[in-house]
Amino acid sequence: MGSHHHSDRRQFLTESAALATLVVGAVQSVEGQAPSPEARLKDTLAYGQPSRFDTTVRRAPGSGSPITDTALMTPLQDLDGIITPSGLHFLMDHVNGIPDIDPQQHRLLMHGMVDRPLSFTMEELRRFPSVSRVYFLECNANSRPLRGPNGDSVQLVHGRTSCSEWTGVLLSILLKECGVKTGASWIVAEGSESNKYTMSIPLAKAMDDTLVAYAQNGEPVRPHNGYPLRLVAPGWEAIRSVKWLSRIAVVDQPAMAWHEAGNNADTRPDGKALGFRFELGPKSVITRPSGGQRLPGRGFYEITGLAWTGGGAVRRVDVSVDGGRTYAEAQLQQPVHRYAHTRFRFAWEWIGEEAVLQSRCTDERGEVQPTIAEAAKILGVTPEYFLQADHFNGIQPWRVNRDGSIQNALF
Amino acid sequence: MRCFRLLTATFVLSASVTVLAQGPTYRLGTIPSAEEIKARDTAISPQGKELPPGSGTVKQGASVYAQKCEGCHGPNGKGTRLHRGLIPLGNAKPVKIEGSLVPYATTVWDFINRAMPSTRPGSLTPDEVYASTAFVLFLNGIITETDVLDATTLPKVRMPNRDNFLAVEIDWKPGQRRPLGHYP
Repeated sequence: MGSHHHSDRRQFLTESAALATLVVGAVQSVEGQAPSPEARLKDTLAYGQPSRFDTTVRRAPGSGSPITDTALMTPLQDLDGIITPSGLHFLMDHVNGIPDIDPQQHRLLMHGMVDRPLSFTMEELRRFPSVSRVYFLECNANSRPLRGPNGDSVQLVHGRTSCSEWTGVLLSILLKECGVKTGASWIVAEGSESNKYTMSIPLAKAMDDTLVAYAQNGEPVRPHNGYPLRLVAPGWEAIRSVKWLSRIAVVDQPAMAWHEAGNNADTRPDGKALGFRFELGPKSVITRPSGGQRLPGRGFYEITGLAWTGGGAVRRVDVSVDGGRTYAEAQLQQPVHRYAHTRFRFAWEWIGEEAVLQSRCTDERGEVQPTIAEAAKILGVTPEYFLQADHFNGIQPWRVNRDGSIQNALF
Repeated sequence: MRCFRLLTATFVLSASVTVLAQGPTYRLGTIPSAEEIKARDTAISPQGKELPPGSGTVKQGASVYAQKCEGCHGPNGKGTRLHRGLIPLGNAKPVKIEGSLVPYATTVWDFINRAMPSTRPGSLTPDEVYASTAFVLFLNGIITETDVLDATTLPKVRMPNRDNFLAVEIDWKPGQRRPLGHYP
């Protein structure tokens, strides 16, 4: 890992230390004495930082350059329950810098095939009836096998997914206020960052459960995640959940925007390109024990992980400790939310022999997470195809070696 | 009497506020002017009917490219250490394809117009966008060196993989089975 891979938190600590110095300086110059214990406490604990012994951070899978996309992965192996802390939410941005938006100046413009175009301030959006819903987001490029050094960590391979409680107003309410005209069939959402990222969404999804969110996990959506406003299209590839949302056009065809027509469409061996794949398939992954970790010795371990699906709710998760020869049903953390990460747990006694741990998700529609061989068969490709493919939801095996070390056993 | 007049004034004021708030159910939001919508809506649809006046040739595009694009995309779109090249144009993974998978030339124009150059997105003039679009399409063997792109000719460019671009879930309906899903 190169010098680019400093942790966000380390950077934050450096910055806050600098800030603290500034504040301390200001206090001293006014009062002519050291800051009060109260002021000191506010400087270091103002945002409730984790313990200095906690090293949970996001990581990048490769070396970046000044103009490549921002990519930071959620440390799934270090998290419990189903909510991803906002500061650990994955980032995968197609923008040149994170915009610094003043919510007082921000407007959501809605226009196109509507009876009345409308412009909303943030204050107005917060006055609408609101909902809070637990939804995962997942990058369509998540889970490419063997990503990162040695391809051995659940964070670098599968960490482009996170789960939050999102609060906002249903897009359907805003669309009804505008009055959607007959013949309209799509919306085109646009962000207000410098390159005005654009995505098309069928009107059926926009009127169903798509959320215009201003809060994440109880606080305003963080700048990296779209402050002050973002779209959340539950269960769909996260490229559709436009950040820094500022414009929605109601139209009768998709925009064929670059990131849906020139990018994010996989090519197949038959020369066809697969665009507009919205829903994410059922997926699960064991987060502990997982690649790169080491079991300290034989004995009891709880196998735990996350499952999710673009098909709604996870119905069941099965776990195998023998590489898929036999499976047994895992326990699901309740309640199971639709379009949300679902925590599963499975009791296991390690007897010191080689074992291959893997999980399999079945969703409410009866779709089942495939093995990589089954996934390859569906697309008419070889397993190596998935090294660069999107929408891969194959079963992830982790091999536990006799010395307790664990590695990716997909290939 | 004076009190009554004050009440009337208050009523008139609140009535005018109500007129500004336009949503039928919640009476929130304001109606934007046609000029505001026009200024903010720069999107170009596949038919290209929103394209502005202007034009550009491949030769002019080579000049724009050298000044504003080559630093990242490399000489003749070959790419640099900083950024991928422009041949083929757009994704070509996992399987390499010839030309561009982008089904419409308007997509290329729209993206250059809104997002390029990455240091100053939106700063190119319409002529520069037509010209740089012409140059990258020429580099990919899609148009010839003498072609001129404008609001009429650009939407007519036949992209090589238009029929190979499958919009897999374009007819998405809630609750339907996922195409390419695994249902044993």
